[in-house]
Amino acid sequence: MDAKKLIAWRVAQEMHDGDVVNLGIGLPTLVPNYLPAGISITLQSENGFLGLSPLQGEALPGLVNAGGQPCGMVPGGAYFDSAMSFAIIRGGHVDVTVLGGLQVDQEGSLANWMVPGKMVPGMGGAMDLVSGAKNVIVAMEHTTRDGGAKILKRCTLPLTAAGKVTSIITEMAVFRFIKGVLTLTETAPGVTVQDIRAKTEAAFAVSPDCKEMKAPKTPQP
Amino acid sequence: MSVPCKRITYSQLRSHFHDGMSILFGGFMGIGTPDGICRELLASGVKDLTLIGNDTALADTGVGILVSNHRVKKVIASHIGTNPETGRQMIAGELDVDLVPQGTLAERIRCGGAGLGGVLTQTGVGTVVEEGKKKLTLDGVQYLVERPIRADMAILKAHRADEKGNLVYQRAARNFNPVVAMAADFVVAEVDELVPAGEIDPELVMTPGVVVDALILAEEK
Repeated sequence: MDAKKLIAWRVAQEMHDGDVVNLGIGLPTLVPNYLPAGISITLQSENGFLGLSPLQGEALPGLVNAGGQPCGMVPGGAYFDSAMSFAIIRGGHVDVTVLGGLQVDQEGSLANWMVPGKMVPGMGGAMDLVSGAKNVIVAMEHTTRDGGAKILKRCTLPLTAAGKVTSIITEMAVFRFIKGVLTLTETAPGVTVQDIRAKTEAAFAVSPDCKEMKAPKTPQP
Repeated sequence: MSVPCKRITYSQLRSHFHDGMSILFGGFMGIGTPDGICRELLASGVKDLTLIGNDTALADTGVGILVSNHRVKKVIASHIGTNPETGRQMIAGELDVDLVPQGTLAERIRCGGAGLGGVLTQTGVGTVVEEGKKKLTLDGVQYLVERPIRADMAILKAHRADEKGNLVYQRAARNFNPVVAMAADFVVAEVDELVPAGEIDPELVMTPGVVVDALILAEEK
């Protein structure tokens, strides 16, 4: 199964009906495709509205997502300015934020906004999202392209926020921070705890309830 | 219809430009940025600008054209990744870039326009954003003290205005516009439609006209 689809599917299973959710660019935008039946969420777009949906029909002037692409809005959405948008984000009115990660560490710190000397695009809204959302889910592939660990003892890249991550979901595992301890709670189908240790630098506990992820064979679409 | 007293032309706006000036701009990836005013700034030859807003758009849109044409000496923004020219000039030492988390940027500008001395936020604690800033611990929570931002001029894009300067924005093109409208010595809005006073329901006004100094009817595309 495609790693990104599996991660998006698994993140979607974290959602509760009625959650207000902000999705980062890239992989997190796949999450709504895999929501379980009966679960409806409201997407917040940092550029100033609630009720983000995929573009249906003709693009409307002024209506773009946080990547600047034309999008839609569900009935009952609302527009607001950037100060209100980030008051919603910092003020605990967003239930879940899902972001990609370059590195996450066992202290719950995330690095995902710059690689000194190589990539300095700016943090955009990521620091506010990670500081303010009730649940911060890092959705990322378990290792770097060359197989190096991304879940570390301590992030080496500049942080997005310190100690704010609540869950990490990869194609190999689900981790949660339980009482501040990085804890393995699920393994992907066919993946052992040993496999995960081999590809994880961070120290982690294994939950007594750790189980195999109940992934569908072919998540749709 | 009486002649709108705040209406000026693009060329009349030039008398308000000067080298080294600071400009707050509305817009998110160019959506909600007054393109005609940006083109007028470029055509006027004004230089050494300090631009303050969410992002530097694309190399050929919004404020991006001012960066691409080397009219800017400093950018204060949350994101510069969509305009490769901003990053290139920053790395080459031609352009000073101050990256600010998006929600913090909105609040700093809001403070600048609201007569406040600053704002306390958890965003950026434990990251490079806290460098050089005062930190306060209140009720056991660490905050950064973020100071106000003001500018010589604010440039806005609105959908409708009445002759008093009351503004209505369009969808997600609102973003930073109502925030920057409060925080500059001279505030100019480029509008798609200009109507007599009374044509906009006061209940629907998003920026009250008293803070708007000048209106320009957008050039036909």
